[in-house]
Amino acid sequence: MKKDIILAGVGGQGILSIAAVIGLAALENNLFFKQSEVHGMSQRGGDVYSHFRLSRKPVSSDLIPYGSADMIISVEPMESLRYLPWLSPSGWLITNSDPYINIPDYPPLEEIFSEIRKIKNHRIINAETTAREAGSVKAVNMVMLGAASHYTGLGCSSLENGIRKLFGSKGEKITDINLTAFRAGRNIINP
Amino acid sequence: MKRLLLLGDEAIAQAAIDAGLSGMYAYPGTPSTEIMEYIRASETARERNIHRTWSANEKTAMESALGMSYAGKRAMVAMKHVGLNVAADSFINSAITGVNGGLIVVSADDPSMHSSQNEQDSRFYGKFAFVPCFEPSNQQEAYNMVFDAFELSEKYKTPVLFRITTRLAHSRTSVSLVKYPVPEKELSLPGDPVQFVLLPAFARKKYKTLIATYESMRYDARLSEYNFFRDGRRRELGIITCGIAYNYLMENLSETEPDFPILKICAYPFPPDLIREIMNRCDEILVLEEGYPLIEESITGICDSGKKVYGRLEGTVPRDGELNPSIVAKALGIKSSQKRSVPAVVKMRPPSFCKGCGHSDTFNALIEAMKPYGPGRVFSDIGCYTLAALPPYSIINSCVDMGASVTMAIGAADAGLSPSVAVIGDSTFTHSGMTGLLDAVTKNSPVTIIISDNLTTGMTGGQESPGAGRLEKICAGLGVGEEHIRTMTPIRKNHEENVRIIREELEFNGVSVIVSSRECVQTLLKRKKTESSG
Repeated sequence: MKKDIILAGVGGQGILSIAAVIGLAALENNLFFKQSEVHGMSQRGGDVYSHFRLSRKPVSSDLIPYGSADMIISVEPMESLRYLPWLSPSGWLITNSDPYINIPDYPPLEEIFSEIRKIKNHRIINAETTAREAGSVKAVNMVMLGAASHYTGLGCSSLENGIRKLFGSKGEKITDINLTAFRAGRNIINP
Repeated sequence: MKRLLLLGDEAIAQAAIDAGLSGMYAYPGTPSTEIMEYIRASETARERNIHRTWSANEKTAMESALGMSYAGKRAMVAMKHVGLNVAADSFINSAITGVNGGLIVVSADDPSMHSSQNEQDSRFYGKFAFVPCFEPSNQQEAYNMVFDAFELSEKYKTPVLFRITTRLAHSRTSVSLVKYPVPEKELSLPGDPVQFVLLPAFARKKYKTLIATYESMRYDARLSEYNFFRDGRRRELGIITCGIAYNYLMENLSETEPDFPILKICAYPFPPDLIREIMNRCDEILVLEEGYPLIEESITGICDSGKKVYGRLEGTVPRDGELNPSIVAKALGIKSSQKRSVPAVVKMRPPSFCKGCGHSDTFNALIEAMKPYGPGRVFSDIGCYTLAALPPYSIINSCVDMGASVTMAIGAADAGLSPSVAVIGDSTFTHSGMTGLLDAVTKNSPVTIIISDNLTTGMTGGQESPGAGRLEKICAGLGVGEEHIRTMTPIRKNHEENVRIIREELEFNGVSVIVSSRECVQTLLKRKKTESSG
């Protein structure tokens, strides 16, 4: 088993929390992994990404080679396209449909969707509505993780344990919101 | 065996704690910040009371660490690569004084300039100062090396440089920890009472010793265990890798497995016979190094050895920017997977001020106040506020190095530019702006210095700012006239008043400082969260 995943979004959208949950699940399953993060200036509303590499064998490079990612999980639609050079021809693109507009020249949403639809394996999810229903719009990241969870090669219970471990210190209510968001996201997609 | 999920930065911090560290010194800077952050958050560090307060800048951090080493204890100092320029004086001289307790200097380079002004390669500083340098290829190696680095430091009485790059600093993986941590050292003075006295007569002797020591440590096991040659059956190409470049090579070789001889270099100075070994066995050599072509240059030199050497200098590998597995594949002639292009619809999304940021209100007031004078008169500095170089602000005209706004404004005023304005953050001001202000006061320069004070070191995640709450006193202490130390609160409702304050000081023909003060919205949010949770 080997999965190369690109996590994408805008600084502050909780990309690193998705990565942390996958990391905890990977650890529970005794898998090797490397997760490269972006810190510093870009975190101020710029584009951010994380390369996540998961494998039964030791992982060499911290970065994914071009054209070989199994999946792009994006919390923002335009950001999902920024990382296409890394996506393998058979890879999945799973993105939230709600745009994060903090630049004056943000393109028409329909043009973005039409580019996404050119990717054979894609899913566009209205994660904000689902997150709000789960209790907090901030849980968009966990909705996206839930939706993508079918393709991660990790068990649902391991990922849920990861969420409990990550959010546990923030109290039961926040943990529950994130678990509900994750499950709702998982139910959106029927692979 | 205990395993933790750690960033490269955190692996170094954890190793230092486990290796008997007594003092951690640092000024925040991407990608090095998380080393100190980790130690500050560590329960063990708190229990042992390991020193872990942020320093005013990299030079004070380096010197304090040297002081702890003088007193016989193990110390570490961490900074980003350009921080080593600030600490260079003490770093280079610490090689000549030598150390007492083990001393590690971590410099985190940022090739591709993700969050920096340049991509200088700290390995050159090691060579320049005759200081041994470790360059880990992965997080576990980084963890293990810290123990060897402290031992090496104490054996040869030398500081040790620890060079990492962004990808290692900010990549997380599982790291195994030692079972038995090393206890901290007892307080003990150096055996030689003048070891740290660099009077010329002493320094000349010590410099000779330093040169000899640097040569002799090439073969020390603590260095050489990280320099490793693996022969292969092929003879047409031998590959030399440094640090993290090894991972990118292995990523490619694990697919195709051509049996190339490989020399992995992760510690300097490296024994030259290892280079000769691989050169003699192979027809051609490829050098893969993250950063400048240090090894490649030392192999090729000026006289052609007759063997083709490929690398960054020669051009097979790009001369600038960080490496990645795809660049290395290309250098090896391996056909990479099909690469899609980014659709034209995707627009740039540069970083921007957070919603409600005080800097933006300060700049809005400055933009209006500067209107009568025209563009090109605002020098600035390093921090979130540098974003004012971008639209819609486009108001600042410089960002060079920590503190340069103040001194460049002085120089431009000397040349006759009027008004000449500097905008500097609170933490940057106490890092390197204060001495420049003293210059301005000494010669009564007609400069207006705006300290855009968000009461924190914001860019790197909100570390404490040593001048918070007493910037006016500092300026008064440096000799700025009380009536020209003005304060303002950058909120929209104060806009007109703030414009007026700035205008008044722009018209003043002497040194004025305007402290524009409002808490960073990010730290405010964090503080409110902590307060509400308990």
